[in-house]
Amino acid sequence: MELDPFLLSRIQFAANITFHIMFPSITIALGWVLLFFKLRYNATQDEAWMQSYFFFTKVFALSFAIGVVSGVTMSFQFGTNWPGFMEIVGNIAGPLLAYEVLTAFFLEATFLGIMLFGFRRVPGWLHTTATVLVAVGTTASAFWILVLNSWMHTPAGFEMIANDAGQLQAHVTSWWEVVFNPSMPYRLTHMLLASGLTTAFLIAGISAYRLLRGDRASSVRKALTTAIVLAAILMPLQVIAGHEHGINTKEYQPAKLAAMEGAWETQKGAPLVLFGIPDETERKNHFSIEIPYLASIIVTHSLDGEIKGLNDFEAHPPVKPIFFGFRLMVGIGVLMLIISWVGCYLLWRNKETPKLYLYALVGMTFSGVVATIAGWYVTEIGRQPWLVQGVLTTKEALGPVTGGMVLSTLLVYLSIYAFLTIAYIVTLFHMARKAGDGSERDPERQIIQGGERHTAIAAAK
Amino acid sequence: MIEQAIADGSWLPYTFAFLMGLSMLIYAVLDGYDLGVGMLIDNANWHEKDRMIASIGPFWDANETWLILGVGLLLVAFPAAHGVILTELYLPVAIMLFGLIFRGVAFDFRAKVPYQQKWRWNNKFFYGSLLASLAQGYMLGSYIIGFDQSLSGIMFSCLIAVAIASAYCLIGACWLIMKCEGSLQVKAIAWAKYHLINSVVGLVAVSAATPLISKRIFEKWFSFPEILFLAPIPIATGLLIGTLYLLLRKMPFAQDKYCWLPFILTIAIYILSFVGLAHSFFPYIVPEKMTIVEAAAAPASLFIMLIGALIVLPILIGYTALAYYIFHGKATELRYD
Repeated sequence: MELDPFLLSRIQFAANITFHIMFPSITIALGWVLLFFKLRYNATQDEAWMQSYFFFTKVFALSFAIGVVSGVTMSFQFGTNWPGFMEIVGNIAGPLLAYEVLTAFFLEATFLGIMLFGFRRVPGWLHTTATVLVAVGTTASAFWILVLNSWMHTPAGFEMIANDAGQLQAHVTSWWEVVFNPSMPYRLTHMLLASGLTTAFLIAGISAYRLLRGDRASSVRKALTTAIVLAAILMPLQVIAGHEHGINTKEYQPAKLAAMEGAWETQKGAPLVLFGIPDETERKNHFSIEIPYLASIIVTHSLDGEIKGLNDFEAHPPVKPIFFGFRLMVGIGVLMLIISWVGCYLLWRNKETPKLYLYALVGMTFSGVVATIAGWYVTEIGRQPWLVQGVLTTKEALGPVTGGMVLSTLLVYLSIYAFLTIAYIVTLFHMARKAGDGSERDPERQIIQGGERHTAIAAAK
Repeated sequence: MIEQAIADGSWLPYTFAFLMGLSMLIYAVLDGYDLGVGMLIDNANWHEKDRMIASIGPFWDANETWLILGVGLLLVAFPAAHGVILTELYLPVAIMLFGLIFRGVAFDFRAKVPYQQKWRWNNKFFYGSLLASLAQGYMLGSYIIGFDQSLSGIMFSCLIAVAIASAYCLIGACWLIMKCEGSLQVKAIAWAKYHLINSVVGLVAVSAATPLISKRIFEKWFSFPEILFLAPIPIATGLLIGTLYLLLRKMPFAQDKYCWLPFILTIAIYILSFVGLAHSFFPYIVPEKMTIVEAAAAPASLFIMLIGALIVLPILIGYTALAYYIFHGKATELRYD
């Protein structure tokens, strides 16, 4: 069998970016939650907030480290597998990536050291500032990356000029239009909220696990409450953001929207396909369950609004992964909404949290990660066969690599990623068990440790 | 020459080549010492391993970022060269990345997994550091000889791989001399002596091989009167190496005097070697195939990046200095709380 370097390179990049996005989607929002813990501690001097802070900085450090190394891998793969990308659109992608490294990456990486290990060494205000800067850094990093990604979906502010060899290359006409391209505000908001939800459910899941293990530290309760309230606030906002993003997609990438909806024929008053199995050869959905008119109402806000079907596009992306990915993401979103609101109700009634509810939270620990990945699959596969919509196809960007070479590295990457994902999950729960094994639970001990720390800090000043 | 560069706009690509070279050099120094420490832990006992890793704990994340900046600048400022170089180096790049992945995550995992599994992550930390260093050396060797894939080319690249790993061990050992005390410091001095000798062998090999491989480089170094201006580089390097060796033989001094000096001397040796290499290859970015100007991105894009770089770099250097100030002095146990 001929090994296809194109397909293998795509799988390799997809594997890489799938593995990578799990960790930023945790750290982007976790930085802000840590800041919240730190500020609560500053305001109340309650040792429990600091316990939450220390526990989740460990989670942050681990996630950040994996995020860094998998991010480095990606920046190299642009060159090793996809040199055409930088050759054609390097004038746009280059500065955006450079600004990411310069304004965000160094900031977070440097202040992370102070944030993690500096608590006893620097004055309190500097430690809080370091926490702020790490949170700002991760968010700024997300900003630049999403600017570039959005530009690949809805390119703007450039013109194509041929170089000496006759190769058309993108040149910037307006940086404002490049940065604030049509889908950027929607995608950025959607992703930042997704990160908030991912973090909220991660914190809730681990805290619920600690409660189930009989850990009665008040820091666990505080973290759980924070996470549930955060999720309950963010989830409705995410519904709105996702909806607006969908409408933006209808305008700029209608074929992707048609694949998300599973709409084959152009139709006025299109039904919402709740479930079905799309079939690209017969060009219809099998076993579909539909709600009449609902798709038109959602997307166009009118009963007889028109949704262009897949059959009316010359080329459209593969339907199945987009169709199922979208339903997986939305399904998890609905579960998140229910669980976070039930949680708020329980908090409001001030009841003992039922075990069943805690088990549900443990089950949802990585739900945000799964939903984020599903969402990214929808939007990225939805752009195919383009790498930069209307400008550069994915195939054109492929470099002169052989299938055998890509296959060999792909297999190693896949095994490393599988191993690290398992190690990460196992270690998180191990840390949760260790935190709750009694050594940190004794309130008297906590106060002694806190006192020791205050003395150390006073000495540092 | 400078006037001409300003007139024809080629100052922008040269500025970026300088910035890229600078990031690579800073990377080699900073990640060099933490990769070196990673390789040296294999010779240390259980307790020493903890102390050694604690000495690099607050810094390694930021150190590795310089690699991203260096490769990032190659990617964004010289897209054409970036594609050529990285496709030629496909396998060593992949191997380096595997190494960097393992050592980066091992750093965090080893402190968080159950105690009885810690040694496994220590091992991954060691092998990751070794693999990454060897791969980087191999890439440098391969780059020097213009990606020659013949047997002798591969042998040369392997030699440079070992030399670079050794040079990283040298700077790692010097870092430990500065950051550690007692028996560990004595061990570090012995490591530094051993790896200094190995690094010198590698340095001599590169200096001898590059002029032999390329007639252009030979003429650049050995024609008159250039040789008069250039002679100070190898002479100063030789003097520094000699001083460092004598110093290491006398160390440690009472009250830990001059514990920082070997590290500074090693940085100076790094800088001089780098300047020598850069001089050999200028104005090429892909040896003998593509010049800096040919490979450069559009001036408008370079300009907007330069503005960003000029604003951000001083701030960046400032807060890097702050981090080193906060964690200065002998390494202590790392703790979050």
